[in-house]
Amino acid sequence: MSDKSVDNSKRRFLVTLASATGGVAALGVATPFVMSMMPSARAKAAGAPVEVDLSKVEPGMLLAVEWRGKPVWVVNRSKEMLDLLTKHDARLTDPMCEVPQQPDYCKNVTRSIKPEYLIVVGICTHLGCSPNFRKEVGPADLGSDWPGGWLCPCHGSRFDLSARVFNGSPAPTNLVIPPHKYLSDTKVLIGVDQGAAA
Amino acid sequence: MEKLLNWVDERFPLTASYKAHLSEYFAPKNFNFWYYFGSLALMVLVIQIVSGIFLTMHYKPDALLAFASVEYIMRDVDFGWLIRYVHSTGASMFFVVVYLHMFRGLIYGSYRQPRELIWLFGVIIYLVLMGEAFMGYLLPWGQMSYWGAQVIVNLFSAVPFIGEDLSLWIRGDFVVSDATLNRFFAFHVIALPLVLVGLVVAHLVALHEVGSNNPDGVEIKKLKGADGHPLDGIPFHPYYTVKDILGVVVFLMVFAAIVFFAPEMGGYFLEANNFIPADSLKTPPHIAPVWYFTPYYAILRAIPPLFGSQFPGVAAMGVSVLIFFALPWLDRSPVKSIRYRGPKFKIALGLFLIAFIGLGILGVLPVSPLYTVLSRVFSVVYFAFFLLMPWYTKNDTFKPVPERVIFK
Amino acid sequence: MKKLIFFFLALPLVALASESGVPLDHAPVSLNNHESLQRGARVFVNYCLTCHSAGYMRYNRMQDLGLSENQIKDNLLYAAEKPGATMQVAMRPAEAKSWFGAAPPDLSVITRSRGADWVYTYLRGFYRDDERPTGWNNTVFDKVSMPHVLQELQGQMVPVYHTIKGEDGKPEQVIERFELAKPGKLTLPEYDALVGDLVNYLDWMGEPAKGARMTTGIFVLLFLGVFFIIAFYLKKEFWKDLH
Repeated sequence: MSDKSVDNSKRRFLVTLASATGGVAALGVATPFVMSMMPSARAKAAGAPVEVDLSKVEPGMLLAVEWRGKPVWVVNRSKEMLDLLTKHDARLTDPMCEVPQQPDYCKNVTRSIKPEYLIVVGICTHLGCSPNFRKEVGPADLGSDWPGGWLCPCHGSRFDLSARVFNGSPAPTNLVIPPHKYLSDTKVLIGVDQGAAA
Repeated sequence: MEKLLNWVDERFPLTASYKAHLSEYFAPKNFNFWYYFGSLALMVLVIQIVSGIFLTMHYKPDALLAFASVEYIMRDVDFGWLIRYVHSTGASMFFVVVYLHMFRGLIYGSYRQPRELIWLFGVIIYLVLMGEAFMGYLLPWGQMSYWGAQVIVNLFSAVPFIGEDLSLWIRGDFVVSDATLNRFFAFHVIALPLVLVGLVVAHLVALHEVGSNNPDGVEIKKLKGADGHPLDGIPFHPYYTVKDILGVVVFLMVFAAIVFFAPEMGGYFLEANNFIPADSLKTPPHIAPVWYFTPYYAILRAIPPLFGSQFPGVAAMGVSVLIFFALPWLDRSPVKSIRYRGPKFKIALGLFLIAFIGLGILGVLPVSPLYTVLSRVFSVVYFAFFLLMPWYTKNDTFKPVPERVIFK
Repeated sequence: MKKLIFFFLALPLVALASESGVPLDHAPVSLNNHESLQRGARVFVNYCLTCHSAGYMRYNRMQDLGLSENQIKDNLLYAAEKPGATMQVAMRPAEAKSWFGAAPPDLSVITRSRGADWVYTYLRGFYRDDERPTGWNNTVFDKVSMPHVLQELQGQMVPVYHTIKGEDGKPEQVIERFELAKPGKLTLPEYDALVGDLVNYLDWMGEPAKGARMTTGIFVLLFLGVFFIIAFYLKKEFWKDLH
């Protein structure tokens, strides 16, 4: 092999150009494979927004519906329940809901659009178990200062009736409030933000 | 960087392997068009494995769900249509590339001493590939999938004495069914690909041990320069890497043209009947295997039953594939390459090519008296090419083989 | 009008076997004609979907045809269904089988198995045949079990026979042409156009990704073309060494 008249700069340029083009090709090839792992049309259809009729949920009652395969609780809180919400701020990790675990329109004490109706994803923010509803006030096993709320069976995380986490729980944050909007006075659509088109 | 490389090299032969197989692997410098297909076959193997893995994420190997899951991939999965078409096109293109690769071996005598093992590994790869393609073809669970599998598995019942039990054992049921689908899936996605990859490694190790043949059939290792490298050899990298990149790009253009503009390839890559879900009670009016099996299928149909048994046809079909193994020992010519061989070999090879393609075409056509006669003639030519080879390769006129390869 | 009828009636009239070699009429399939596809979708939902499912097809996929989700909901969906649902049918396959002798096949990929031309010819090939339980037969699908669902639109076609000498010398009755015995709501050219829209829709539904496939393909090939030029000069540059 004779390396008499090798134009090194031209060669380097061509190698760089070919490598860059090959890189683009690799990215282009990777795209469909990566995209194919996103939720499919079927998964999206199954995860479509869920409509709930609130007139069936009586005060003090919890209705569990499924949205995107997760339990979503619709709770109709009575007047007494709502009154208790403001009395234990000191024992809460995030009483003012600073961590964005809810849409902006639910960033309030009741964590809801309408004060009485709490709509919350029933999955513990610790390791994903579904907490139990313990609405009674001051039961023997939870102590006399229990204002009603949820207790996670896995690691004992405690949440109040606005699904805010109590200090000392393994769960780091409040439960998630899903996007939802009111279609009418008694109909709510879970999975779509208030103000967005249906 | 240098330090890291040293660290690795002390523990793993990275630089040594790079030198042995790329930068200081000396390949003859006179490779021509026919020498692209080896690297292309390797690339198609990678394409098939990658696209196959992603199809497996969505496919359901269940007789009740399989057909629907393929349509699910085609419609609901993002870019699922692309991955599926790449895989179905890749199956056919694999055989295109492999047939051209084998033909290259045939014309330049690449199976001759000292490359017999490379050839044997190659033929085993071809056999496993046929099994891989056949089992993969059942998975979409359409009518052609189903009845193709039914017919091919039934061929095994023609084997004397154990045939019936053998085909029953292959199917795991009295007809092709869910059990068959499930086991074919297992073979298709894991067992055979593992074997295939292992064989490809063996094929390449054997190749790099003895070095590549070339269009002149000259052993380049006989003439070495002062540096100890073959005079007619050039380092694989960069010369053949850049050349193969060019080949890969051209191949991908053809591949993409099919995937994006003619994925069904007029019914040869994806058959119309396979868009009807498998129905064990209704055979489609005209079934034929996929194009890459049709030469052998035509041989099967050409052989008449003997003593009321289909076995001769089945055996002939089996032998027609297995006979490739014997090639290194059938060829008695003193030269390797067709360039220095005489007219007898060229005529024999020409007739073989006509017979092979002719059988391929006849295999897709429905049976008719004329076609049966033609198939028989072609079958005879096919076998004669191999069986008469010791005679016509020896008693031919030869041109003198040059010392060095011809390179312009 | 009469002439147009003859145009239509010049259907090939070979002896009728279900997989017969009847020449097929060319279906006016056009992937980019959204209006035709939307009309076809409506015909499909109104007529075909009563008995045939399209179980792999989601209603909201019709957004690809330029329809909004609300338009799909209002015009093409039954009240209880969701736009993300697949096109199922209320009739149970077992019931259907007892009514028609065969369960109506799913139509998701019908044009991929039969071909658009076949479906186009088939839907225009129904004629009266009193020997059939449904009273209908078809030029490309002999002894079809499906009745002529679109007869209120097309009207009723009746075959006109003539006698020829068969192979064995005996006279045979062969269909010579068809006559429109009872006109439907549409003229025959209008009916052909309607079936054309329907087949166009069926063809689209067979592979909804076809449009995306073609567009992607053009970009991929253009890219590979550029890559080819680079790879060509790269190879040339290195191989200069050897000359």
